[in-house]
Amino acid sequence: MKLNERSVAHYATCDSPTDHAGFLRKRVERHHHHAHHHHATSYQRRWFVLKGNLLFYFEERDSREPVGLVVLEGCTVELCEAAEEFAFAIRFDDAGARAYVLVADGQAAMEAWVKALSRASFDYMRLVVRELEKQLEEACKSLAACRQSPRRSSSSSRKRHLSNPALLPLPEKPAVLENGYSTWGSGGAVPGGATCPDRDGAQAKPPPLPPRRRSAAGSAVGSPAPGLSPGMTESPVSPETACFSKLHGWYGQEIAVLRREWQERQKRGHP
Amino acid sequence: MRYNERELLSLARQPAEKAAEILMRVPKKGTPFFFAVLKKRLVKLVVNFLFYFRTDEAEPIGALLLEHCRITKEEENVFSISFIEEPERKYCFECDSEEQCQEWIEALKRASYEFMRRSLIFYRNEIQKMTGKDPLEQYGISEEARFQLGARRQ
Repeated sequence: MKLNERSVAHYATCDSPTDHAGFLRKRVERHHHHAHHHHATSYQRRWFVLKGNLLFYFEERDSREPVGLVVLEGCTVELCEAAEEFAFAIRFDDAGARAYVLVADGQAAMEAWVKALSRASFDYMRLVVRELEKQLEEACKSLAACRQSPRRSSSSSRKRHLSNPALLPLPEKPAVLENGYSTWGSGGAVPGGATCPDRDGAQAKPPPLPPRRRSAAGSAVGSPAPGLSPGMTESPVSPETACFSKLHGWYGQEIAVLRREWQERQKRGHP
Repeated sequence: MRYNERELLSLARQPAEKAAEILMRVPKKGTPFFFAVLKKRLVKLVVNFLFYFRTDEAEPIGALLLEHCRITKEEENVFSISFIEEPERKYCFECDSEEQCQEWIEALKRASYEFMRRSLIFYRNEIQKMTGKDPLEQYGISEEARFQLGARRQ
């Protein structure tokens, strides 16, 4: 099967985010052609780079091209009882598939690699993104209805598996919103409870909440809307919003406005 | 470069995010671009890979990793995939309709792991600004390198 290898190799060495990197010793897998042939297990030290769901390995740290790639979809990562200490294995579901046995320099390095590799799959990332997307939607809706009592998140059951594979028990935390203010570095605790933001913002307070757009259902819930055009009716976080760059640009606008307002207020002698 | 082809083949058999029979032109080395012929292929998007099959075969002819690529609308019904280090070398796809073409462009633009990472960082920041809380903290993953802004080290 062909693969766009040149592009893949380029991706391995370009400056896109690296999720983990370090030296590991990789067990050399030999094929036993004859029953009586016995090869001593040997390991090769390689420089490993994890980017997303792809694990590259290089002969040297400064090699310009990877020697190999392990696509990590559908794998499990487990500690293994090899003769070596700090060994772990990447295994695949496929019955005949070989495992990649890797040996770290020490306990901490081994744990860091196992953790990084366990969360490397595309599906895991997608899960987290969708969860945050929902949370953002819920946060928007809650702020739009800020005069009502604080709402509890109904999504607590989803939370546990996101710290997979440890599956540590998590304290049940209802997502009760504060008054929606971020701290803005202005110091001082922000009062709790879902109070409405002060509209004119003339006093010594954090800047007002950004104006909330109408929800996809179209009902205006009396939230403050200074500054932004009333024509914006499309909800940026409805499930139909697919274009991230559009979302990004959209939020960018209001942030620019808010920043300007806040900076002006600072200049006016905000204590 | 060695790679675990067996696992990639197994991935090609997984349920696809998107699949269709589309006319495809693979750029051939040493051949002028317009000489390559359009061939009907089953094209299948699975995670950040685009697999392409002969329509009657179970095993893909090839796979494209969709990181650092550019998806471009070409002429009517046609889009192309090219890669950053070789922008003129284009894989072309001719769809049945303009609508299908746009759907594939949108899907492929969002198919990379890097795109998802950027989305996540964006949502995380937004939620933090609105609620004052880091949404990843409760899951115990806020320190993960992959969720950081500017996680760049080589």
